[in-house]
Amino acid sequence: MIDQADQVFVLLQHWLVSFLPAGLQQFAAVLLSVIAIVCVFPGLFALTTVFERKGLARIQNRIGPNRVGPLGILQPIADGIKSLTKEDVVPTSANAGVHFLAPLGLVVAVFMGFAVLPMGRNMVLVDMDCGLLFFFAMSASTEVSVFMAGWSSRNKYSLLGAMRAVAQMISYEVVLLLSSVSVVMIGGSLSLTKIVAAQDQYTGIFPHWYIFTPWGLAGFIMYAIAATAETNRSPFDLPEGESELVAGYHTEYSGFKFALFFLGEYLAMFSISGLGATLFLGGWSAPLSILNWVPSWIWFFSKLMLSIFVFIWMRGTLPRLRQDQLMNFAWKFVLPLTLLNLMVTALWRFMGEGIARWIVCSAILLVAYVVMGRVEMKSEHFGPRSYRYAD
Amino acid sequence: MKPRQGWGTQIEWECLGFDFPGLRIETRGTRWIDEREAGGEEPDFLEEDLLGEGILKGMAETAKNFAGSFVSKERLTTVEYPEERIPTIENARVFPFLVYDTGDWEAGLRCVACQICEKECPPKCIYIEKSKDKKPDYVGKPQAYPARFDIDISVCMSCQICVEVCPFEAIKMDNEFELATDDRFGGLLLDRKQLAKSNEYYHQIHPTEAAEVDARLAEEKAKVEAKAKAAAEAAAAKLAAAPVAAAAKPETKKDGGQG
Repeated sequence: MIDQADQVFVLLQHWLVSFLPAGLQQFAAVLLSVIAIVCVFPGLFALTTVFERKGLARIQNRIGPNRVGPLGILQPIADGIKSLTKEDVVPTSANAGVHFLAPLGLVVAVFMGFAVLPMGRNMVLVDMDCGLLFFFAMSASTEVSVFMAGWSSRNKYSLLGAMRAVAQMISYEVVLLLSSVSVVMIGGSLSLTKIVAAQDQYTGIFPHWYIFTPWGLAGFIMYAIAATAETNRSPFDLPEGESELVAGYHTEYSGFKFALFFLGEYLAMFSISGLGATLFLGGWSAPLSILNWVPSWIWFFSKLMLSIFVFIWMRGTLPRLRQDQLMNFAWKFVLPLTLLNLMVTALWRFMGEGIARWIVCSAILLVAYVVMGRVEMKSEHFGPRSYRYAD
Repeated sequence: MKPRQGWGTQIEWECLGFDFPGLRIETRGTRWIDEREAGGEEPDFLEEDLLGEGILKGMAETAKNFAGSFVSKERLTTVEYPEERIPTIENARVFPFLVYDTGDWEAGLRCVACQICEKECPPKCIYIEKSKDKKPDYVGKPQAYPARFDIDISVCMSCQICVEVCPFEAIKMDNEFELATDDRFGGLLLDRKQLAKSNEYYHQIHPTEAAEVDARLAEEKAKVEAKAKAAAEAAAAKLAAAPVAAAAKPETKKDGGQG
């Protein structure tokens, strides 16, 4: 019974496919999984938009949207109808073809990332051996779409937003990759299912998640920072900084094309949170061995939504960074720490079992963090900037 | 001089405090100041905040807001307007209306169409036509009344000058603000029927002011009545004294002086 609840979607897929002739079965199975992904995540996106607005409102001591349907829960439907019926404006001097392709390219590239994410036990569309690599390749190609959007709009704000986006995404891509590499070093595989399987073991009732190791915790924090920057979320939302750039790279988009950008941003958030959960939080495995009876896909989606909640929470708390702070933070603070973390991971790998590696690895990371934090915060690049004529 | 780095100290500060009846405006907040401004010393290397500590403090603060807004009414101050509303304060004013006294709005209007408000109105939004006939006012004296009294509230600027110049306490400020209409011209030009509101209504919206006005009117009425009574008495006395008028000349003179 428990197994059936865990495998309910897999069994459903097998059952539906069994009606078809043998030659078509494999194709139909993939098609069904794709349909599931294409339905579930935009549905989650619709829910997230309304929960984000309500959550932000609560953080600011407001009520938030509550007019459409009970407690405003139907707001996304109203928003969807609005964006579908709005006029689709393309600037006269814009490069119409590229302008049209940019949002499509973004959404397609983001959707591709979900193909390799294991969303439950045996629930992965393509179990690639190089799943992590594939995921990063796909998430990196969103940058092209963003730049296409900014470039083709022929608008200075769009172009500035796109330039910022590309600079930021490339800088943080490095951190994102390097912080995941430590997981690959310990897990010994680029396949995401194998990485989850390695974490799905328990000592007593406690799981072997990578976040519960010194290098894993450090890696997870740096991964979270890079993921926030990678998805252009506050406090790293400079590419669309509405106070200075109107709306950044999607200034010239309206109607459903804008909705696609919006969708792309949230889907990127889901996929990168899903990857974070897979790499550091044990993917679909239960947080305690006694909770193993809960279906694995519930754990995966709860971890996903928890990360989304933290994203929203951060957006409600932190002000936007300045461009120079952003770049300095990536290249001078997070990147050196990531490299150090790689070395610490190697040390962890070769020191063998025992308490010694815990002490040594934690000490190295902690000292590096404190010293770098204090030295860097004292340097001119961080902290409040003083203006010569304004003081 | 090298600019100081680091975040400094947070202090409480306060500026612009007003406090008058019914309205309290106060700006209070916190401000970051330099260590030197605070009079302290530069912090030691180890005493300074850890990088990221501020973020955690901020997150704690917003989490407190998030959770608090579900449990404490004090935090969630939103008034969901069409369903719930806070009562308007007594001194609130929007557009003028005409006061009437008795049950019938047309007969009871205090306005005597003297047209002072029409002349004083800065944006010229009052249009009055004086009646040809007369009717008795609240003291029983025959007075003209407005055959037409229109106020264009799309022009009115709520300055209250018409109220201040009116010698008859006939025009007062209303606090009705939900006047939106889809008829841009006709809907915003209020005629005397729409403008007429009872004295009881006036008491409801501005109780203190209405009581003062009533007292003043009663006093005036009493004065007029006393005067009329005195005049009547004097006339009666005169009438009584008439047969002996020739005999008592100084008395008549005195009476005349009083009248």
